[in-house]
Amino acid sequence: MIRIDNLTKYYGSFLALDSINFQVENGEILGFLGPNGAGKTTTMQIMTSFLAPSQGNIYVDDLNVIDDSYEIREHLGYLPEHNPLYEDMTVFDFLKFVAKVREIEPASIKRRIEEVIEICGLQKVVHREIGVLSKGYKQRVGLGQAIIHDPRILILDEPTSGLDPNQIAEIRELIKTLGKKKTVLISSHILQEIQATADRMVIINEGKIAADGTLDELMAKFRGDTILEMELKDADTSKLESIPTINEKIKVVDLKEKDDQFNLVLEYPNTIDPREDIFEYAVNNNWKILEMSRSKTSLEDVFRKLTVEQGGSHEN
Amino acid sequence: MKTNIGLIYKKEISSFFNSAVAYITLIVFLLLAGWFSMNTFFLINQSDLRQLFSIVPIIYLAFIPAVTMNLIAEEKNDGTLEFLTTMPVSDAEIVIGKFLASLALIGIALLFTFTQLFTVVMIGNNVDLGALICGYLGLLLLGGAYTAIGIFASSVTDNQIVAFIVSFLIIAIFFILDKILMFVPGFLSTIFEYMSTGYHFESISRGVIDSRNIIYFASVITFFLLLSIRILEMRKWR
Repeated sequence: MIRIDNLTKYYGSFLALDSINFQVENGEILGFLGPNGAGKTTTMQIMTSFLAPSQGNIYVDDLNVIDDSYEIREHLGYLPEHNPLYEDMTVFDFLKFVAKVREIEPASIKRRIEEVIEICGLQKVVHREIGVLSKGYKQRVGLGQAIIHDPRILILDEPTSGLDPNQIAEIRELIKTLGKKKTVLISSHILQEIQATADRMVIINEGKIAADGTLDELMAKFRGDTILEMELKDADTSKLESIPTINEKIKVVDLKEKDDQFNLVLEYPNTIDPREDIFEYAVNNNWKILEMSRSKTSLEDVFRKLTVEQGGSHEN
Repeated sequence: MKTNIGLIYKKEISSFFNSAVAYITLIVFLLLAGWFSMNTFFLINQSDLRQLFSIVPIIYLAFIPAVTMNLIAEEKNDGTLEFLTTMPVSDAEIVIGKFLASLALIGIALLFTFTQLFTVVMIGNNVDLGALICGYLGLLLLGGAYTAIGIFASSVTDNQIVAFIVSFLIIAIFFILDKILMFVPGFLSTIFEYMSTGYHFESISRGVIDSRNIIYFASVITFFLLLSIRILEMRKWR
């Protein structure tokens, strides 16, 4: 289990992480979601001992990154953002170098490299220089070096950024396969990415945790309101505005009149379903309902709400 | 506990010889060293390598910064330093491994000048072999000191050109200290002389191995390597 405990990081006077807390359970794939600059990479860099926290700590079981950095690094496989690799090495030499640094038994290095090549689908490029490979292949080499020592924990920072849709699908598949046996922390600024791979997600924004839970939990918690869009004929504005008399939880979000048609947008919490009452109300007033459609807030809206409306950045 | 110094060392050596860096710098080094040490060799008519031992320190001024400039700066720039340091590898292992690799390259360059050494030994009279060996030892120690400076310069920046200029400047200061003694007040001149690499190198290349000279070079190397390690560790400042 990984426990991020009150983690705070300053870059000079800039507060990048503001005492964040969350946990990654053993064997789960946790998505770490947030807009660019939210603090995802910083958290991962502290977890992998590239940086040190200003305050707080990260615990991996009973080890922590401040006192047991070396030991923790042995248990981690890390794919940094932008996937830095030694481009002048061949895939095989590179994996061999990593295998040696990772203290794999000399006798089993060759077998292990072959396994990794198999898992990551690198057969065609084994003896080619990394620098000439496509981005998708480079990403697989990056994943390969991260898993070569069969670590318990995988930390993947934006593993699919910059890839084309086919490559994204392949890498996601690979991550899911790896995630069956390992604890995986995967970061992304793209919601679909996390939705496609993770069991649970932590949303971070401006250095603070904005939400933490499974997809369903987050939906239930933040979905909040249902939007009801209606198109009516033969109605009158003042009566339409009095719709909330049916149920005080209903809000009129938008009302437009065009010729003799009205476009009405209502919003109400998803704990109630007043559609029948609204229908009755319309019939009693002799309105003609041309259209009535309900839309639920998507997780995308939740993400936007959490990261943009709380004063977050608009850069993605 | 196992150490990764050997792995880093091997990686750097193969990276030297995989790219053009090693070949170009070696060729330039040998051309310069060969020409300037041998063009007057037969005129002077002396069975020693004084010419070689006085030209190599000057070639070092540019040769060593060229060898060391990319060692850490490039890894910083490419982000591979993040990849390397998040494996179970210590900053000290990285710095020492890289230091030994570039020292090995300098050793190889010096090995090629053995053609001059053999020439002197074969055709010379009254050859002072001890002095020649001391001269080479001095060149190696001097190279080590300059390499440590070069690695330090490479660790302070992610730009190789900046690394080259910084290491050239620091090396030049050490190089020039004992050559400007006539311009400095008397009480400073002993300090300047003792601080300079030239003074210690010349003592050794005269054929006298004095522990003070060895300690001097060892201290310069240790000081700059420690400084480089500290610079790398600075990213972990809170």
